[in-house]
Amino acid sequence: MIGFLARRLVSVLVTLALASVVVFTVLEVLPGDPAQMALGTEAQEDTLAALRREMGLDRPVLERYLGWIGGLLVLDFGRSLTYGVPVVSLVADRIQVTAPLAGLAMLMSVVIAVPLGIFAARNHQRVGDYGVMGFAQVGIAIPSFWFGIILILLFAVWLGWFQAGGFTPWREDPVAALKSLFLPSLALALTEAAILARVTRAAVLDTLREDWVRTARAKGVSENGILYGHVLRNALIPVLTIGGLIFAFLLAGALVIENVFYLPGIGRLVYQGVTQRDVVVVKNVVLLVSAMVVTVNFLVDVLYALVDPRPKARA
Amino acid sequence: MTISRILRHPSFLIGALITATVLVMAAVAFVWTPFPPGQVRIIARFRPPSGINWLGTDHFGRDIFSMIMVGAQNSLSVGAVAVGIGMAIGVPIGLIAALKRGWTDDVVSRFSDLVFAFPAILSALLITAWLGPGAVNAILAIAIFNVAVFARVTRGAALQVLGREFVRAALAMGRGPLSTLLVHVLPNVAGTLIVQATVSFATAILAEAALSYLGLGVQPPNPSWGRMLADAQNHMFNRPWLAVVPGLAIAVTVLGLNLLGDGMRDLLDPRMRERRGD
Amino acid sequence: MRVFAFLGLLAAATATLAMPAAAQTRDNVVLAFSLEPPMLDPTANAAAAINDVVYWNVFQGLTRITANGDVAPGLAESWTVTDDRVFRFKLRPGVKFHDGKPFDASVVKFTYERAKADDSTNPQKQYFAPIETVTVVDPLTVEVRLSRVDGLFLANMGMGAAIMVHPDTAATNRQTPVGTGPFRFERQIPGDRVILVRNPDYWGPAPRLSRVEMRVIADPAAQTAALLSGDVDVIPFFGAYEAVAQFRNNPRFQVVVGSTEGETVLAMNNAKPPFNDVRVRKAIQHAIDRQQLIDGVLAGFGTPIGSHFAPHRAGYVDLTGVTPYDPAKARALLREAGFPNGFETTLRLPPPAYARKSGELIQAFLAEVGIRARIEPYEFAQWLDVVFRKFDYDMTIIAHVEPLDIPNYGRDSYYWNYKNPQFNTLVTSLNQTVDQGRRAEIYGQMQRILAEDQANGFLFQLPKVMITRPNLVGMWKDQPVFANDMSEVFWR
Repeated sequence: MIGFLARRLVSVLVTLALASVVVFTVLEVLPGDPAQMALGTEAQEDTLAALRREMGLDRPVLERYLGWIGGLLVLDFGRSLTYGVPVVSLVADRIQVTAPLAGLAMLMSVVIAVPLGIFAARNHQRVGDYGVMGFAQVGIAIPSFWFGIILILLFAVWLGWFQAGGFTPWREDPVAALKSLFLPSLALALTEAAILARVTRAAVLDTLREDWVRTARAKGVSENGILYGHVLRNALIPVLTIGGLIFAFLLAGALVIENVFYLPGIGRLVYQGVTQRDVVVVKNVVLLVSAMVVTVNFLVDVLYALVDPRPKARA
Repeated sequence: MTISRILRHPSFLIGALITATVLVMAAVAFVWTPFPPGQVRIIARFRPPSGINWLGTDHFGRDIFSMIMVGAQNSLSVGAVAVGIGMAIGVPIGLIAALKRGWTDDVVSRFSDLVFAFPAILSALLITAWLGPGAVNAILAIAIFNVAVFARVTRGAALQVLGREFVRAALAMGRGPLSTLLVHVLPNVAGTLIVQATVSFATAILAEAALSYLGLGVQPPNPSWGRMLADAQNHMFNRPWLAVVPGLAIAVTVLGLNLLGDGMRDLLDPRMRERRGD
Repeated sequence: MRVFAFLGLLAAATATLAMPAAAQTRDNVVLAFSLEPPMLDPTANAAAAINDVVYWNVFQGLTRITANGDVAPGLAESWTVTDDRVFRFKLRPGVKFHDGKPFDASVVKFTYERAKADDSTNPQKQYFAPIETVTVVDPLTVEVRLSRVDGLFLANMGMGAAIMVHPDTAATNRQTPVGTGPFRFERQIPGDRVILVRNPDYWGPAPRLSRVEMRVIADPAAQTAALLSGDVDVIPFFGAYEAVAQFRNNPRFQVVVGSTEGETVLAMNNAKPPFNDVRVRKAIQHAIDRQQLIDGVLAGFGTPIGSHFAPHRAGYVDLTGVTPYDPAKARALLREAGFPNGFETTLRLPPPAYARKSGELIQAFLAEVGIRARIEPYEFAQWLDVVFRKFDYDMTIIAHVEPLDIPNYGRDSYYWNYKNPQFNTLVTSLNQTVDQGRRAEIYGQMQRILAEDQANGFLFQLPKVMITRPNLVGMWKDQPVFANDMSEVFWR
């Protein structure tokens, strides 16, 4: 067990080290000059050179890479080339959008999916089951950005209940902030809810077939008692694991959805960072995102290992 | 697997029907569309659906139905080529990793860990920023992800097969590793791979749509469902129907492929069906 | 499910509450624009959005560009010119920066010398190149001596890149701009808005507005929604041209159509075959229907141009008739130039919507006469690098937004690769001419040469469509420079 964890931990670190090299290399070869991006069409060569020096872009490649990694180790992420502020404060601002967005989406998908999944399992191979499975299929097929557009159409354009996009900061007006996250979260939640409903249904069905459930039933425990007392708790494990995976999907989904709704979140920060050639922001945020993905995967593995102590060949 | 069993399987049937329709539409578009899909007619902008323009026209007066038809070609071909590349490279890698184990296996695992460490859309964004937007680079971005997917799936499935008695016996009796892979392993993982291919195909179509929505995929004058959506978003207040049609096209196509994949999984692997309790 | 219903109700409730209150008593304005300023110091970054926020509101220069593009006294209340080369500026007395520090001649000297220095990162460093010396005569008098005559010097000193910065705050202006203007910077909420408040110690007439919020709303659909819901009072540069009609018919709004300095051109690499052949360039122009382009891309707003000059400027000559839409003529010219079957080429497009949309339409226009243009969408950084700096392109589309930038065609090395000695002579005489009437004449000759040479495809003047409340007075109709000058804006 300890050995397995140690090996997994090493592979996490190796993956992150490789990821840092890949990100850095890709940003090196991107066409475009951050200095010219800042100074525009009229800038002269000497001005550009001065700014490049100021940005530290004139140093040798290896020195810049090691400087970056060295900074990371002491939690110094550098300054954004575009905004001129520390990357940490940018991320701290933007995470206030993306984290609640992902959290709300996760909450919504659980609230929608778990009852639907249980409902489907209890009505196994009846109309209700087919209905839920149909919903799940459609939910997976609908692109989240299109669903976002449709939601804007319905609730912002026609009904006028929500803004069509943009974000009201929390400290301005928390209710309005929540409101501006509602539609994007819903757009993100649909696909995840569909997947989660299927998983929940399968997990409940699996658990219902276990011997001890039959025993409990034979002992005369009521159907609801079995379901809520025993089955749900056991079915929760696969649901939780999938929940962890969904987290990575949500991060990716946020990139597109934040562009649909023009939310100033991490996804839009990266997107704009790439177009503005703000390499300092991009390399740090991308690495941060991949660190989160890798860590979540690692935790999922740990969870598996705890539930099922047999060392697994990861499939 | 009998014909009657296939016909009795509703999700397979519906999925096959939808997929066939999209395929036929894309094929017909090679020889006929109501209007030339790139034909611009500024006087005929924003026509609502009518007998002439079945689904109306867009901001340049182009016929939306024709664009949807040709858009199907682009979606399907980007998806097919991306998944095809993914399989062509990923499957051999996975097989070799499963057979050789050791450091080969480690390298393959590290590679797929690395690919999965970046959300797919993020790596696609970086790749298109580097190489430039366009169909070919969008395919490349989606394909890299699929190489990792197929390597991982193939490796997992192959490991199971390699552990079985008859394969071990074949190896023990002196059958070469390559011929073992081809004769014993590949046919036994083929089912899994076909199912994965269908699912990946659907995912690839969604990815292409998302990239085109961000302006990074198929370029004009080639119509693309994702870009049609991005254009429509600008006119949402006055011409909401523009945003409905391309989205439906994407959703229906993906739905068809997913249903087909699910159906095939059930038909090819009855144990799976038992476990999932369908 | 209950959470859903609750949030839905909440949303409905707040939507009702958000109805705007009576407007008469208001002294604040919420304005929206589409691009976020990356920082707020116009002497450090060329982004237009910076000047959209700070020009004249927060930062001021010695001269000032007014709503109709004239050069007016700014922080210098008057000046005298000797030999066209020596400027003696008389500064306004009692001017203070927002942090209380006085503005005087030493600040002018610091500002200009900083912009001119070797390590300067001023995006418009060339404005300061003619400056030879800056001398403090007394605290309210400064003398600027030029090494050569520069007819645009006074105008340039009124631009955003030449605003006055105090030595103590020059380094921190990027995040917390400290200027001399009628509004103080309160704070910026990244990705969302910049808030300005009235400067109580302003040297000039006190601004009538107490607070200006500038919101970033990138999405055209969201801009429409924000206006309709009353969240935003004015959008000076409205992006959703197609949606303008609904505001025209709505008494709550007023639509004001003005002009920008943005000559939108289909730039052609004049040094690269086949674009080095004037017949090919003319054929391309003949293939393009400017009116259809304006209808399709800008919903009919915008003025067609036949050369590189803004129609509202003195000296403008309408040359759209020189090369009208005529596909047959285009095909004939192509045949004459040796391309009976047209040719293949590329169209590298920067990100703005007008460029991408125009590109799609022009691609279709060119296809009609046999020219097969492949569209290559570029990010702006890449466009700057590849097209603008390395001249590696066939055709591109961009609006040139600097005012009176026609002399660029005389540059030795510029991305159009256009060369005409006759034009260069005109540029030289323009630079040495201060008389406005004579300058206008030279501008006219320049425009004719460019139209005859068909140096580029000339498409349209980018419009400025403003949607505003009818009782909000004092916003600029045109856009002579990037600015939202709020100093004289008020509610009627």
